[in-house]
Amino acid sequence: MASIPFIPEYTVEIYLNERHTVASWLLTKDHKRIAVLFMISITILFAIGGSAAVIMRLQLLTPHSTLVEAETYNKLFTLHGVVMVFFFLVPSIPATLGNFLVPLMIGARDLAFPRLNLASWYLYISGSTLALTSLILGGVDTGWTFYTPYSSTFSNTHVILAITGVFIVGFSSIFTGLNFIVTIHKMRCPGMTWFRLPLFIWSMYATSIIFVLATPVLAITLALVALERILGVGIFDPALGGDPILFQHLFWFYSHPAVYIMILPGMGVISELITCYSRKSPFGYVFIAMSSLAIAVLGFLVWAHHMFVAGISIYGGLVFSMLSFLVAIPSAIKVFNWTSTLYKGSIQLDTPMLYALGFIGLFTIGGLTGLFLATLGVDMHVHDTYFVIAHFHYIMVGGAVMAYMGGLHFWWPKITGKLYPEVWGRVAAAILFLGFNLTFFPQFILGYLGMPRRYYAYAPEFQVYNVMSSCGASILAIGYLLPFAYLLWSLKYGKPAGNNPFKAAGLEWTTASPPPKHNFLKTPIAGEPYAYHEMDFSDV
Amino acid sequence: MDTGFQLFPRAASQIASQVDDLVLFLIAVSLFFILLIFGAILWFIIRYRRRSPFERPEKIEGSTALELTWTFVPLLITVVMFAWGADIFVKAHHPPDDAMEIFVIGKQWMWKIQHPEGRREINALHVPLGQPVKLTLTSQDVIHDFSIPAFRLKQDVVPGLYTSEWFIPTRIGEYHLFCDQYCGAKHAEMQGIVYVQSPADYQHWLAGDPTAQPPSSAGKKLFAMYGCESCHGQYGPTLAGLYGTPVQVTDEHGVRRTVVADEAYLRESILYPSVKIVVGYPNRMPSFKSTLSEEQVLDLIEFIKSLSGAAVVGPYQGPSLGPATQPTDAEPKINNPPFANYRTNQ
Repeated sequence: MASIPFIPEYTVEIYLNERHTVASWLLTKDHKRIAVLFMISITILFAIGGSAAVIMRLQLLTPHSTLVEAETYNKLFTLHGVVMVFFFLVPSIPATLGNFLVPLMIGARDLAFPRLNLASWYLYISGSTLALTSLILGGVDTGWTFYTPYSSTFSNTHVILAITGVFIVGFSSIFTGLNFIVTIHKMRCPGMTWFRLPLFIWSMYATSIIFVLATPVLAITLALVALERILGVGIFDPALGGDPILFQHLFWFYSHPAVYIMILPGMGVISELITCYSRKSPFGYVFIAMSSLAIAVLGFLVWAHHMFVAGISIYGGLVFSMLSFLVAIPSAIKVFNWTSTLYKGSIQLDTPMLYALGFIGLFTIGGLTGLFLATLGVDMHVHDTYFVIAHFHYIMVGGAVMAYMGGLHFWWPKITGKLYPEVWGRVAAAILFLGFNLTFFPQFILGYLGMPRRYYAYAPEFQVYNVMSSCGASILAIGYLLPFAYLLWSLKYGKPAGNNPFKAAGLEWTTASPPPKHNFLKTPIAGEPYAYHEMDFSDV
Repeated sequence: MDTGFQLFPRAASQIASQVDDLVLFLIAVSLFFILLIFGAILWFIIRYRRRSPFERPEKIEGSTALELTWTFVPLLITVVMFAWGADIFVKAHHPPDDAMEIFVIGKQWMWKIQHPEGRREINALHVPLGQPVKLTLTSQDVIHDFSIPAFRLKQDVVPGLYTSEWFIPTRIGEYHLFCDQYCGAKHAEMQGIVYVQSPADYQHWLAGDPTAQPPSSAGKKLFAMYGCESCHGQYGPTLAGLYGTPVQVTDEHGVRRTVVADEAYLRESILYPSVKIVVGYPNRMPSFKSTLSEEQVLDLIEFIKSLSGAAVVGPYQGPSLGPATQPTDAEPKINNPPFANYRTNQ
């Protein structure tokens, strides 16, 4: 293995070189190795989902492009949505950074159920293989939302294969959530009380609750679609005596909380980055922690805001609009607290901090435009237009992916033991920020002008904004390729990181980089979290 | 159609300017918070930039007063947003009594539209300026969505369900009509044009097809063709005066209850007659599910409604709208304020 480029050499025994065989990776029960397996897997899926987006943006450069046919375009946006939501965003931070960091941050040797953790990865691989098989066989054209009766009766693409993939990967999430909940409850080291937990752990805890409670509903819903599609049992198709709106209720009962599955872990990452690079304990620790739980709970009560124009009752609309505004409050609390954490800090704009500040800005815009959509009178106009597309990309890409990138850079030295080139890191972060805004801001205007989503061709007056968006997407692509290149490069050529290169508080920084097989050589004892005011910076 | 560069879409319905006003308020609130947060971040990273690697800032716990402020101030602002948006939404769901009713049927991948006087069109909707129009929408196959951006309105078009949207066109012109709910391969081609015309031009257009027959007449022919009258009115339940009245039925669970004979009930009784059996009658009617299209069902419903005594009156009166209260001649409303006959049922 040592002959393979990019595999760094380590002089001491750590989790990476403990054994070198393929079997030692594929049968590992070490949470750190499983995190690395997940990291490689989701990167491949991200590349596939991203490629679909590239073709879509090329198609949309002109109003009547003939780059791809209508049917192909429909399969591309379905692929992009299914892969990015279920196979990248949902597992992204929990299965990689979460898997790696939860035991390290609470001073444990591993997760509570190491075999379950490995099973979770195998479920992920099985699910994504099935979903990708449906792609190779010709694709699926239902959109990632699988709305009935189109998906259950009308579409003649490989719907069953794709929803089976999503069904299976759901259990991967449930296993991860279960593991985190038990680990956080039972395996905290001495001194690690609930209110000494790092905020990342609080957000992982909130995410895990949603994993465990919401994902089964998705599994049931998809099973019902399969039942109708294969056996013709009338559940959703009115021609069979079913109710198509019932599907939307069930689907969004999972998929709205799933939005919080994607963003809560990101919020946890940001809390760690902001504190480290301002050398401050978080402003309003309890409020940030509790707002994560509030989001997890309220997130279950807002699903029908995806359905204001779907044919639900006016009173349903009123209730869900009101509840949707409520869920905005804990998010606002977090933004205000992060901003206040900077006050009287010692702020250093290193790469992870650039991502963190980018996150706050983009998440703020995404959150505020969410208020437009929660407002009934405005949603009547912008629902199912590019306004919605822009809004959720600000949350999902501007928020979740920015946080993932920030976290990946921040803990990269801990995971690999190597430093990445800081200058390239800052350049890539700036390119990503610019490319992102150029791609998605014009889509707010497009949506307000009325351009519907999921159109392979569009009216000519929409072209200006589509060209801007496609230009932005090409910049965005560079922003993703750069880190991919220099992070790989750093594996071989990066400088050794040392235990704590960024002078961060937190138990994970007290052990070696990369950590030894059992994380800590002796059980750590936790003190106050974020004790930056007591840290010694004299040896920087 | 105006295809030049736009920053804001044109407003062509009574509700469009209301939505735009609300959006401007939302943009103002958003800008305030964006400036506040971005400004604070920018100020802090300049003012508190790390000047020496040895810096160790003081600990600041937090501030309950601040936490309460930034919990309750945003909460109050969102209450305003909610109430304002809810007001527009509720109004948008209560058409005035004098709205003329146009039927819209979505099917992969076209819009079939039927005017009360009988004129039918595909992927186009002609409407007169200043006249409240209520669309009754249903789908022949999958879910579609009938969206008119210039009117700031949309509504999903669901198979097996009658949904509706209403508006008063306020500006003569041609506007986009889009399907906004993904419906399959040619979703993006399921578009059309809304023509807002002066009432006189609309009358002229309506007269353009001499073969057009009102839905209730088409329904009457269907009624005779399928031999409905051989039972109804003899040993089946009578239909005259049925529409809008309560009916005693035994439902699919064997429970006896009272339902109002509205469009949804009539549709269900034609397509799935054994779901709700009128008390006192046997379950004998065959299903017309595979025989009738959604258009034909609507025609039959209009015929049944016409039997209830609601006369077909005037070019602006849908057949379903009860006794005529409006003058039957097409008085041009172009000189009236656009909201002259706008009222809600609240």
